[in-house]
Amino acid sequence: MIETVLEVELPVGEKVKIVRNRIMPQLEINSPGRLSLVSGIHGDEIEGQYICYEVARRIEEHPECLVGIVDIYPALNPLGIDLASRNNPMTHMDMNRSFPGNAVGDHADRISSAIIDSIIGSDICIDIHASDIFVREIPQVRLSDTFAEQLLPLAKLTNADMIWMNATATVHESTLAHALNIMNVPTLVLEMGQGHQINRDYGHQIVDGIFNILCELGMWTGPRPRTHIPAISSDGSVEFVRSKMGGLFLPTTEHNHFVKAGEIIGELIDPISGKKLMDITVEKSGLLFTQRIYPVVYEGDLLARILTDAF
Amino acid sequence: MQEVEISRLVSPYRDDMVIKGYQFGHGEKAACIVGPVRGNEIQQMYICSQLVRALKELENNGCVSAGKQIMVIPYVNSHSINVERQFFGVKGVDINRSFPGNDYGEPVSRLSGKLLDEIKDYTYGIQFTSFYQRGEFVPHVRMMETGYQNTSLANLFGLPYVVVKHPLPIDTTTLNYNWQDDNTCAFTLFTNCNESIDETSARQAIAAVLRFLKRMGIIRYESHSGYISHVIYEQDMTEIYINHAGLFRSKVKCGDDVRYGMELAEIIDPGDGSVREVITAPTDGIVFFAHNSALATQYDIAYRLIHRLHE
Ligand SMILES: [Zn+2]
Repeated sequence: MIETVLEVELPVGEKVKIVRNRIMPQLEINSPGRLSLVSGIHGDEIEGQYICYEVARRIEEHPECLVGIVDIYPALNPLGIDLASRNNPMTHMDMNRSFPGNAVGDHADRISSAIIDSIIGSDICIDIHASDIFVREIPQVRLSDTFAEQLLPLAKLTNADMIWMNATATVHESTLAHALNIMNVPTLVLEMGQGHQINRDYGHQIVDGIFNILCELGMWTGPRPRTHIPAISSDGSVEFVRSKMGGLFLPTTEHNHFVKAGEIIGELIDPISGKKLMDITVEKSGLLFTQRIYPVVYEGDLLARILTDAF
Repeated sequence: MQEVEISRLVSPYRDDMVIKGYQFGHGEKAACIVGPVRGNEIQQMYICSQLVRALKELENNGCVSAGKQIMVIPYVNSHSINVERQFFGVKGVDINRSFPGNDYGEPVSRLSGKLLDEIKDYTYGIQFTSFYQRGEFVPHVRMMETGYQNTSLANLFGLPYVVVKHPLPIDTTTLNYNWQDDNTCAFTLFTNCNESIDETSARQAIAAVLRFLKRMGIIRYESHSGYISHVIYEQDMTEIYINHAGLFRSKVKCGDDVRYGMELAEIIDPGDGSVREVITAPTDGIVFFAHNSALATQYDIAYRLIHRLHE
């Protein structure tokens, strides 16, 4: 059942609608479990659209196997997705810095508050992000220190390649995930792929993880997908490779491959002079899990991240 | 007057973005004034440029106190100003949400880290910036309630109002918050507009800064005493929301004295021209903030009112 969580009138003959698809079990069940799948807070991140589609499709294929409630919110920032804009085009702000919001505030506050109200009571929430248009990521769960202990057992079920216990920006205090975790809805943030794109393989991998979680919570009686346990890393085991100067970055290794200490992973070139500015090397061996895809870089821009000792 | 280079961002396709400081006097780092970190803060840049001009003249006349040094940074984010973008770089990052920064991370973190490093030893810090919500303000001094804020010093600018704001998590990344965290007594000055130059309000802002510098013994200057400021806590203002979207026709402006029940604005249907909503004053008060776009989205803030102060 497609329901409108909140709608806001735009100036000229249009409403912004936050919608969810509530999929109910066929048989009546006493106090059914409930999983909320949300995506599209950042309008330039499209990977989650395929995951929402595929979860709904697999349930529709075997509705008799569903013994809980699945709520799917594909587009929390619908105008952003329409315009490929990371921020909310109504406020020019990052919507994932506006939670928990305020039910009697301005439109941005009311939207955030209505989203929280609608998700509250779920047994688990999964918030799907993609990377941006600048770097490509392997499927990973990002956990903040605050909730790491409670969330780690759930994160292991997601079939992601990696769990990154980190305390930095993506797990900021005003995010949807932080607000929901505070309110006792265990919420996992997944990050994968790249902005403006859909990687079907990553999609299938995470959808398997979502059905694995549904099985674990007793909400799905269909076959349990085969999954693997992600590598677990802390901040100390991630090497950031940043550009030392401006130029064009060309990678020379594949994404999601092992690299050895001292190995060249790319080069920085200067298009006008035809000169190579420098080779980019890594200090430690490990898995290259983040790779720069947008070639134009400034000093400080991220070129790669290496997972060094989680295996 | 001495020009100093605060930082230089090397760009592969554009001229370097150089942040310049204009220094007056010698000795103790007494006061630092910082202009636009966002690309649409044109009025703020104008004010800072005119402050440089005024201070140059005062210095030539021997009016900068011995042993005191003043620095003005008229613009920070010139790359964005030149292409009329509000936020910094290809990622569109808000520099005023990127403090304290560092010397090893993203380009914007390095920029804000370098800037804060150069200005953190000043006793007084004054920033000209804009509010995240677009609209018009009564000119005022804004301070964060950090525990270090000093409203009696803020009164010395002689502007009509001093507004104290309780910081949200997102505010902890602003320059004002981090400046105070580094023990600079930091003030943010808001003028009535951003994108265009308003001469009256600019003159008021310049006079306010010079008055403050005089009262702190940093310059000698003949000034009017200004207003006796009212200190207002942001949460005490009355917010008036727009309940229907359409064209916004305001009947009052910032600074106007309004009475309970008075018509403040009409929302017009953009199709048939009919009045969809009449916005009235819920209380007696002074218009402190006014929506100034011709378009209204549902739940925009139309006005913020200060309750009448009994005189
Ligand atoms: Zn995201």
